[in-house]
Amino acid sequence: MKVDVAVVGTGPGGYVAAIRCAQLGLSVAAVEDDRPGGVCLNWGCIPTKALLRNAEVVNLFGRAAEFGIRLAGFEASYAEAIQRSRRVADRMSKGVEFLFRKNKITLVPGRGVLKARGAVEVSGPGGTETIQATSAILATGSEPKSLPGVPIDEKTVLSSNGAVRNEQPPKSIIVIGAGAVGVEFADVYASYGVQVTILEALPRLVPLEDEEVSKELARAFRRRSIEMKTGVKVASVKPGGAGVAVETDAGRLEAEQVLMAVGRAAKVTGLGLEPLGVRLDRGFVTVSPRMETSVPGVYAIGDMVGPPLLAHKAMAEGVVAAEAIAGRDPRPLDYGNVPACTYCRPQIASIGVSEARAKENGREVSVGRFPFTANGKAVALGDTEGFVKVVADKATGEILGVHIVGPEATEIIHEFAVGRTVEATLEEVIHTIHAHPTLSEAALEATLGALGQAIHL
Amino acid sequence: MAVTKVVMPKLSEAMETGKIIKWLKKEGDRIQGGDILAEIETDKADVEMEAFGAGVLRKVLVPAGEKAPVGTLIGVIAEPGDDIAAVLASAPAPAAAGVGAAGSASARNDTRSAPPAAPTPSAASAPAPPPRPAVVSTPAPAAPAVNAPAVGIPAPTAPTAVATGRVKASPLAKKIAAQAGVDLRLIRGTGPGGRIIRRDVDAAAVTVTAVPAAAPTGPAVEYEDRPLSQIRATIAKRLPLSKAPVPHFYVTSEVAMDRAWELREELNALEGQPKVSVNDLVVRACALALLRHPGVNASFQGESIRVWHRAHIGIAVALDDGLITPVLRDCQAKSLAQIAVEARDLVERARVRKLRVTELSGATFSISNLGMYDVVEFSAIINPPEGAILAVGSVRRVPVVDDGGLGVGRRMALTLSCDHRAMDGAMGARFLQDVKRLLEEPLRLLV
Repeated sequence: MKVDVAVVGTGPGGYVAAIRCAQLGLSVAAVEDDRPGGVCLNWGCIPTKALLRNAEVVNLFGRAAEFGIRLAGFEASYAEAIQRSRRVADRMSKGVEFLFRKNKITLVPGRGVLKARGAVEVSGPGGTETIQATSAILATGSEPKSLPGVPIDEKTVLSSNGAVRNEQPPKSIIVIGAGAVGVEFADVYASYGVQVTILEALPRLVPLEDEEVSKELARAFRRRSIEMKTGVKVASVKPGGAGVAVETDAGRLEAEQVLMAVGRAAKVTGLGLEPLGVRLDRGFVTVSPRMETSVPGVYAIGDMVGPPLLAHKAMAEGVVAAEAIAGRDPRPLDYGNVPACTYCRPQIASIGVSEARAKENGREVSVGRFPFTANGKAVALGDTEGFVKVVADKATGEILGVHIVGPEATEIIHEFAVGRTVEATLEEVIHTIHAHPTLSEAALEATLGALGQAIHL
Repeated sequence: MAVTKVVMPKLSEAMETGKIIKWLKKEGDRIQGGDILAEIETDKADVEMEAFGAGVLRKVLVPAGEKAPVGTLIGVIAEPGDDIAAVLASAPAPAAAGVGAAGSASARNDTRSAPPAAPTPSAASAPAPPPRPAVVSTPAPAAPAVNAPAVGIPAPTAPTAVATGRVKASPLAKKIAAQAGVDLRLIRGTGPGGRIIRRDVDAAAVTVTAVPAAAPTGPAVEYEDRPLSQIRATIAKRLPLSKAPVPHFYVTSEVAMDRAWELREELNALEGQPKVSVNDLVVRACALALLRHPGVNASFQGESIRVWHRAHIGIAVALDDGLITPVLRDCQAKSLAQIAVEARDLVERARVRKLRVTELSGATFSISNLGMYDVVEFSAIINPPEGAILAVGSVRRVPVVDDGGLGVGRRMALTLSCDHRAMDGAMGARFLQDVKRLLEEPLRLLV
């Protein structure tokens, strides 16, 4: 098979890159050793959002009386929640297949290895074949990490891969790592009545977020009786007690299962990178701003090339690589303007820098905060946890960072993402009329707050 | 009593905005129909605006010094008790730089008076004005972006829209530029669509030395940006519209001006006779030749060619801030003396911007003379919808061949620019030949 571009991996980075290449008139072959859509569609983003929706519904049912609905108890099947998430994942994966057919992209099932600059060898169920390609885009993604010496068996020691599939919930679980993956699963488990304990080595939950966000999330979790221990180092994870025993520098904990949510490692081995001289740095592939590796004609995108390990960042990189290959001059990505979203309840969304980081960078900041308790829509919804926080440069009104906790945070963030792309200042947001009643009004009010002019507070 | 809306009047075909020079009445004054309310600066002249209703001038909406597009409400006359709130509310706010209510006036030729876009002689050898400092072509880091202290921005304000066009810059870039005292018009944008983004301003601001904003004690200003006068703005806007679609061709002739020169000196020595200039001779010669070559006294109309049977000649007058072409009507019926007197009057009034509206349009042919600047020859741009324009060089004493030997003679170059859609080379050449003959046998200009 001879094509213009061979894409290895069809996760969000790979499939978007493949489609963009096809749009630009290139012939494309896409290699996939699992299901189209990669981790995101099949084992990550999508099914977990379906599970989180289930969790949300369970929580609402728990509040039924508040809304005048009388239930004589109810039963929530965790297994069916998992099954629903599988149907959702399935549907999205089929969607990618449809998009490939529509764009005349050849899907080659199997494991792809770079044999030479212009050749990808695919070992699939039907044997081995070599794809001749003028350019290659590597998009093999990442896989869950574990702590040294702690193997993942997906039975008692789970990774997100097992957690997203296991239909039988444990009675208790220790989640190690309080990043987005950890807190999202914690939310799901807790909603289904699992006793959850979160362990985090850094001083707070979601440690990459703004400090106030971490505090707010912790408050919300505490109300739901989710145990949290931060600033704690895990010494060992061994079978014991009801299932697993975790030794930490703050004591010993036991639970039926452990979920390792300590991060993900790029999948860069066994791809033929070393023999070709594709340069790596600290476990990630080194690429130019146009996603080309140290070997001309070989591109890499997504989790393979470094943080943030986010699907949307991979998609954007996929477009850049495709356009670079097609001879266009793609605009380099603004890595400082990638929204980070966590979909537990309350949702978290942020973009730009935290207040602390802005100050570290020497900026004089003005900060506006607006709580959802003062937002009409939130009160009407009965969902008033959280706030919008805007960090701006005092002199110019430049929007340095926005941090949102609460209902639909992951949607509300986008007005600020667009604003930062066009270099809007606080003024432009303030002069934009926001519909009433919406949660987004909190965005407007927080922005006004940064200028000392909040009306509804 | 009725409420009278005072609107910015359309004082010429081409006029799109007018500037209020000063109000001669103020709010509260009683007005009679016919009273002069204000003086208005148009693209061609300063004109007095009359009131068309009686009452009290209840509201002045556009203060002196400000512009408004033609047709916008600039004042309201009514009786003291009348309710004018509705009239005020329905009036759109006058914008700073008017948008064309006139539209492409040069395309509409239903009336005889077509807008004379002021012709700008495209100088082949004319002295070029000092070039405006390069705006967008210099890369930002290389440009020694100097403050524009002449503008004197004391407090951070966003740069306002420039007469040359909006500066595309992100809001953040604008704010930083204003605070750093960097002129956005000097910066090359690297953002989408050439937009100036913050990193472009940062790069430019680095090269700006800290000049205190309020220290005008002799900083050596490398340049200054002069806002466009009404005339220039009009010329700048209309010229590309007029030049591009008109296929110009040029015919040059050299006229032996010895006899015409003598005639002129004799005439000017006569007592009681108006002084005649070389240009007056050229105007008269053209008027006569245009009658004999109506094909050159013509205008391309799209579906037809309009041929005039009267010669209304536009005479280009250079002003400080631009070019204006008042029209001398019916030159074919005027004697050389009449032409001399009227041309001088037109030129003088043009210089103080006191031309009548009827004198600003209706030319069938134009003449532009750069002889007073020692110009040998040049080519002018046709004033649409006219079909031709004559560019006149200076009268020079040069070596000439006469009677097989070398002598000294006076020669003057005439360059005729023609619209090739209305006429072809031979037609233009024949006309020019006639003009030349008339000037070389100048007594014919007197009969």
